[in-house]
Amino acid sequence: MAGADSDDSLYPIAVLIDELRNEDVQLRLNSIKKLSTIALALGVERTRTELLPFLTDTIYDEDEVLLALAEQLGNFTMLVGGPEYVHCLLPPLESLATVEETVVRDKAVESLRKISHEHSPVDLEVHFEPLVKRLASGDWFTSRTSACGLFSVCYPRVSSTVKAEIRQHFRTLCSDDTPMVRRAAASKLGEFAKVLELEYVKSDIISLFTALASDEQDSVRLLAVEAGVSIATLLPQEDLEALVMPTLRQAAEDKSWRVRYMVADKFSDLQKAVGPEITKNDLVPAFQNLLKDCEAEVRAAAANKVKEFCENLPEDSRETIIMTHILPCVKELVSDTNQHVKSALASVIMGLSTILGKDNTIEHLLPLFLAQLKDECPEVRLNIISNLDCVNEVIGIRQLSQSLLPAIVELAEDAKWRVRLAIIEYMPLLAGQLGVEFFDEKLNSLCMAWLVDHVYAIREAATCNLMKLVEKFGAEWAQNTIVPKVLGMANDPNYLHRMTTLFCINALSEVCGQEITTKHMLPVVFKMSNDQVANVRFNVAKSLQKIGPVLDSNCLQTEVKPVLEKLASDQDMDVKYFAQEAISGRIKKMKRNRK
Amino acid sequence: SALAMSSAATTPPSVDKVDGFSRKSVRKAKQKRSQSSSQFRSQGKPIELTPLPLLKDVSAQEQPELFLKKLQQCCAVFDFMDTLSDLKMKEYKRSTLNELVDYVTVSRGYLTEQAYPEVVKMVSYNIFRTLPPSDSNEFDPEEDEPTLEASWPHLQLVYEFFIRFLESQEFQPSIAKKYIDQKFVLQLLELFDSEDPRERDYLKTVLHRIYGKFLGLRAFIRKQINNIFLRFVYETEHFNGVAELLEILGSIINGFALPLKAEHKQFLVKVLIPLHTVRSLSLFHAQLAYCIVQFLEKDPALTEPVIRGLLKFWPKTCSQKEVMFLGELEEILDVIEPTQFVKIQEPLFRQISKCVSSPHFQVAERALYYWNNEYIMSLIEENSNVILPIMFTSLYRISKEHWNPAIVALVYNVLKAFMEMNSTLFDELTSTYKSDRQREKKKEKEREELWKRLEDLELKRSLQSDGIIPT
Repeated sequence: MAGADSDDSLYPIAVLIDELRNEDVQLRLNSIKKLSTIALALGVERTRTELLPFLTDTIYDEDEVLLALAEQLGNFTMLVGGPEYVHCLLPPLESLATVEETVVRDKAVESLRKISHEHSPVDLEVHFEPLVKRLASGDWFTSRTSACGLFSVCYPRVSSTVKAEIRQHFRTLCSDDTPMVRRAAASKLGEFAKVLELEYVKSDIISLFTALASDEQDSVRLLAVEAGVSIATLLPQEDLEALVMPTLRQAAEDKSWRVRYMVADKFSDLQKAVGPEITKNDLVPAFQNLLKDCEAEVRAAAANKVKEFCENLPEDSRETIIMTHILPCVKELVSDTNQHVKSALASVIMGLSTILGKDNTIEHLLPLFLAQLKDECPEVRLNIISNLDCVNEVIGIRQLSQSLLPAIVELAEDAKWRVRLAIIEYMPLLAGQLGVEFFDEKLNSLCMAWLVDHVYAIREAATCNLMKLVEKFGAEWAQNTIVPKVLGMANDPNYLHRMTTLFCINALSEVCGQEITTKHMLPVVFKMSNDQVANVRFNVAKSLQKIGPVLDSNCLQTEVKPVLEKLASDQDMDVKYFAQEAISGRIKKMKRNRK
Repeated sequence: SALAMSSAATTPPSVDKVDGFSRKSVRKAKQKRSQSSSQFRSQGKPIELTPLPLLKDVSAQEQPELFLKKLQQCCAVFDFMDTLSDLKMKEYKRSTLNELVDYVTVSRGYLTEQAYPEVVKMVSYNIFRTLPPSDSNEFDPEEDEPTLEASWPHLQLVYEFFIRFLESQEFQPSIAKKYIDQKFVLQLLELFDSEDPRERDYLKTVLHRIYGKFLGLRAFIRKQINNIFLRFVYETEHFNGVAELLEILGSIINGFALPLKAEHKQFLVKVLIPLHTVRSLSLFHAQLAYCIVQFLEKDPALTEPVIRGLLKFWPKTCSQKEVMFLGELEEILDVIEPTQFVKIQEPLFRQISKCVSSPHFQVAERALYYWNNEYIMSLIEENSNVILPIMFTSLYRISKEHWNPAIVALVYNVLKAFMEMNSTLFDELTSTYKSDRQREKKKEKEREELWKRLEDLELKRSLQSDGIIPT
């Protein structure tokens, strides 16, 4: 940095600090966000001796400024001279880790965790660990809360004496007087357990876990559930039953629904952590209870896990367990009183078919799918429709459509347009797998009916759907089945339907190709340029611009251009505008072609 | 959830043919109106209570024994979401509770030592329960109706009974404290989260009585309220009973002895002030402002930290909250001592100057109303040499450019008042207005210049370190 000396003198620290002290918060914030620039200008030495002390002293500021500062300092190692000096960053971050505002504190802890890795083992013991201890024994709850997040990053890299101290501090915080600190400790228990030696997991962590899981406040107990899952992954199978299962069983039956909800929410992780035997003996009945819980929130959380739970069951007994224990509960959930529960179930229930295979699906699951397809709540119906493909793989499309077709036809006319939309989006897939014949017979009329739907989004989707169908079935099919119907709508008394003809032409011209476009579509478009509704006329202009690329240049010159010119002198402003747009767009394109 | 069951049974599935973006209030109307606690894990068999004779129909010696029996019977808790179950027994319990309420109000000599644990047990069985999940993640206090507790017909009488018990002349805290302990209070405090305002109202009275009669629980109660508030502010932003707890605190603060303990000051600065940051401030702002002013009337030296705290948390985007802050600040200024005012006037009027020039006319108007307050006017007048320079730029600018004519009119009055207060300074500021603006602009330019040079430097160094240009 030798060459930088002359530059440094240009920026006396006073000026920069003035900026950091500006009355306007926004300006202070801007300066803090460019703190690395300031540090760079000052050089590493002055950053250490002047800038950092200043920042440490002036920590009282708006939380927004503090947040930016906490974040910046996490990336400051090189700016203070590298890992050798990284401990200089600890004092300001320590203050930030004690402020009231949670986001600031969390960010400070995040930065501290980050720079902890840049400390040498010696520095970690000399500088970092004492900081953690100070925070852990702070007066106000904020510093103790912050300390909880720092134990796990220094524990693996310090001597065994210091390790013992750290464990002691963590123990103390787990039984802190304020629930805020106990919550913080509970939420870090799992992460701390992971870095501990197994003997201490058994001796220390288990008792802390048991205590937190029976805390008087449910907000603490529920956080212990997640820790329990992490701890279970660390222990050898033979210890699980004695050390964690009693507590977890108790959590699954906690009197507070929040705790039971948490158990339901973490159920798949729990299942993986405890292994097949405990799953069979304990988790299956627990899961049944959660699916039948008296609180809808809990049932919904459990319903969300049905597929994952079944998937992860041990293979030898999977089918039996599902058929005898889980499916009866699932059947009840299909007619649950709460729509969130039904909707959660609907989002995963289709996944069961791959697990149970074709016969079971047809016999046991199809009736449930059909019931949910007819559910009064649109979200439930939607969730079923959008997962049809996984059933399709199991029982085949023909079987599927035979049983589901009536329901699909019904949904195609559903009162909620979002449901109709979901059905439309499913059409191309269905069509591709059913084949032309079946499609023409059963579904074609639906697709045409959507073109005259009273909701624009549906008409738009229907148009796009036609394009995808033509991609599948080819231009000839298009010419015979849909083009005549689409063009017929050009004579509809409702101008919205006449416009739909234009939108369809826009979408179809390219997939149908030049011949069909020129021969069949173009004359209709021309005819519509005389429509009495201006919106139709300017859409003619737009359509002509759109389908231009499909047409040959002779046709463009001799037929399209005169029509556009006529529209360009229309009495309606918008028609004029779009006609001119089309003409100039065409010209640009022709010029480009010439080059 | 259980209610959804009953409503589903009575109302046919909704047939709405039209696509709906119905108003929230309309949608909500279909949802549940009342709910019950989530304690009915397994609806067992019907509850059978053997009818007992009325207390007034037995001899005085037999009454205490019968009283205990009735308390035990009232421990049976019914499911009110199921409107058809146990009808007879529900009615029997209701009339028994009514009888108990009357009995503790008028009788003498009924409160034997054995009665205390039974009373507390009966109350605990009935009122302590896990509150059910609420819909309030989208709860809009302006529009939404609170969800009411279904078991209120019994619950109300239990609360009524408990209050009469606590207020009874025979009530002896020294015996009761064995049963009404920290754990009891903790559970009681959790109930303040109930969505039912009727329940919170009863809880307020109960907690107030307990705070009054159990000296040993006072510090504990205050600390737990602290924790509830801190969690509310920094973790969940959700707790229904904040206003009620603040109301109790208002009277507790009123009774603090002087000089104030450090613990109480800490509560003011670290808990009450941060409560201002919560989104739903409007639901408890009146009670909060009352607590703050109570503190300041006790100890005027707290004015400076309080006002600095408010300035730190001043709303940035919510004009409605800004108006509330201005209202509270005026309440504080109403009781401020001139010596305290001088300490805080500069940052305070920098904020007021920003409010006055707010494009939201309600904010500007609320701030300008300060000049209608005689006491505040007298403080401003005494310190016009400090305040006028801070306010002048904003006032001068708004008088020229605010969109709202009412604001402009108010600003003219304020300017006039200043002119009368200190005409020399006023003239001086008027004449230097332009050059001051130019000086500011120049400074602004210098700042940009500085940052530009710094960025160039940064770029140069990164190029150096990448070896693109030689060092």
